[in-house]
Amino acid sequence: MDKKQGKMLPLNFKIAIASGKGGTGKTLVATNLFHSLSKTGIPATLADCDAEAPNAKLFFKSKEESTSVVTQKVPVIDESKCTYCGKCHDWCNYHAIFFLPQPQVIKVMEELCHGCGACLAACHFKAITEKDVELGVVTTYTASNHNNLVEAHMHAGVYSPVPLIKAGIQAAGDHQMTIMDAPPGTSCPFIQTVARADYVVLVTEPTPFGLSDLKQSVETLREMKKPIGVIINRAGMGNQEVYEYLTGENIPLLMEIPFERSIAASYAQGKLITEADTLWKSIFLGLLDKIHVQWK
Amino acid sequence: MEIAIISGKGGTGKSSISAALATLSEKVVLADCDVDAANQYLLFNPSHEEEQAFIGGQKAVINPETCNNCGICVPYCRFDAISFSRQGVIISETACDGCHLCMRICPHQAISMVNSDKSRLYAGSFRNGRMVYGRLAPGEENSGKLVNLVRDKAKEQARKHKLDTIIIDGPPGIGCPVISSITGAHQLIIVTEPSLSAMLDLQRAAEMSANFHIQTHVIINKYDLDEDLSRQIESLCTEAGIGMIGKIPFDPQVVEAMTHSKSITEWAPDSATSKEINKAWKNLIASQ
Repeated sequence: MDKKQGKMLPLNFKIAIASGKGGTGKTLVATNLFHSLSKTGIPATLADCDAEAPNAKLFFKSKEESTSVVTQKVPVIDESKCTYCGKCHDWCNYHAIFFLPQPQVIKVMEELCHGCGACLAACHFKAITEKDVELGVVTTYTASNHNNLVEAHMHAGVYSPVPLIKAGIQAAGDHQMTIMDAPPGTSCPFIQTVARADYVVLVTEPTPFGLSDLKQSVETLREMKKPIGVIINRAGMGNQEVYEYLTGENIPLLMEIPFERSIAASYAQGKLITEADTLWKSIFLGLLDKIHVQWK
Repeated sequence: MEIAIISGKGGTGKSSISAALATLSEKVVLADCDVDAANQYLLFNPSHEEEQAFIGGQKAVINPETCNNCGICVPYCRFDAISFSRQGVIISETACDGCHLCMRICPHQAISMVNSDKSRLYAGSFRNGRMVYGRLAPGEENSGKLVNLVRDKAKEQARKHKLDTIIIDGPPGIGCPVISSITGAHQLIIVTEPSLSAMLDLQRAAEMSANFHIQTHVIINKYDLDEDLSRQIESLCTEAGIGMIGKIPFDPQVVEAMTHSKSITEWAPDSATSKEINKAWKNLIASQ
């Protein structure tokens, strides 16, 4: 019966687990949902798209399968060919080319470069070539019952995790169900992750901070026309405002995870609640049913 | 003095602790630099004295009247934002990085750049001094630049109102807006909690801060949820030469305070939690 639940959604369905506020339990939901699917024999991939702070791997005994380096192009200026015309500097919208006409100085500031190629297109003297610089790595692991976990991991000091996120989702492939652990917030990294999802689960907590950030996520996702549902984590703390908001906005409440010290403690130690308790496993599988009802 | 508070991992209690430190005693400037999820205004309901639009970046837009669908721009775009569709050449707003290259190379001048100007910067007063905060519009980039703007404004407010201390509530992660939040600050507090995830993120944050030569301290929040892990975090900090300035117990009153729009030190000044936060502050001042 459990298997049937998974099969009702398209086989390559993509669910993003997201939250406006950090630390609401996004990874708790993503890892436990993935684990429940795996234990039930439903083929799935967990894509950890929180490239600045990937933590999903902590919850699985995993074996590394493959790893690929994610790079970006940065310009290299051949000063013997450069005429110091300054056009590449003018065309660079990221202020990544330092240029002085007199005395003649030209220098690439690699950490500011977005790799757009404008300088290359600007130069008439073939003075600019490009080289690759490393932004981070995407690693695929066998994690749970032969299902894969893909982790995107950005190096410190890189301007944006977006190229890593794109590479991670690509590595997760399109052949089976994908659970994406999204980065927090509603800025560019979040958008790039949820843009590729068929459904977005928002995880929040019943506090004023949780509600404020939830509202912002909901507004953004509605603009993107994504179907959404909400999981309230740490239910029992805080107040009723999140519940009133969901009712008022007609947003489905998919699940509540109670505020219990034992859940917090097992998460802290890198344990899955669906491992220790089969009731939780069926609750997480039930999520797919609720998503299906809303999606079809 | 600028004191930045970050966490690496979200949800460790960074904002609650920043709010507590901002309401201990002396008046301060509170700079909410978590521009992607600014929350301090919920607790402190500051007056709106100043509002400023922030141009987060620009997006390329095609004028269908002048575009003849030659497609020259398509392979130039490194962000896969331009594609052919039934309606002709289109640019995806979410994928566009705003580099201007398509606009520059279009032989028909059919592409222009439009400002993203929905982000805002606010300044006003709150019950314990001045407050500055930024709100990044959904999907916008350049949050690092908005953070810089918030910090500049906070410094201006400090000068104007003769306040010595600026408390910076930073964003989660280790990316560009975090770096903008701590660059040039005098003191850094990393708020962590006893979980494997938070510990990993603490290490990443500490590695990052080491590059900035900024005096770094750690506060373990909810330390009693797993005292074993808390001890591991302590020895980790000792090895890295980072001072532990406070261990705050798990306390449901912190959320209770939040639901009443108060910081924990305002709501329950005599609680063990508030006393520990006071102690952490004294340790920070003494370490200078």
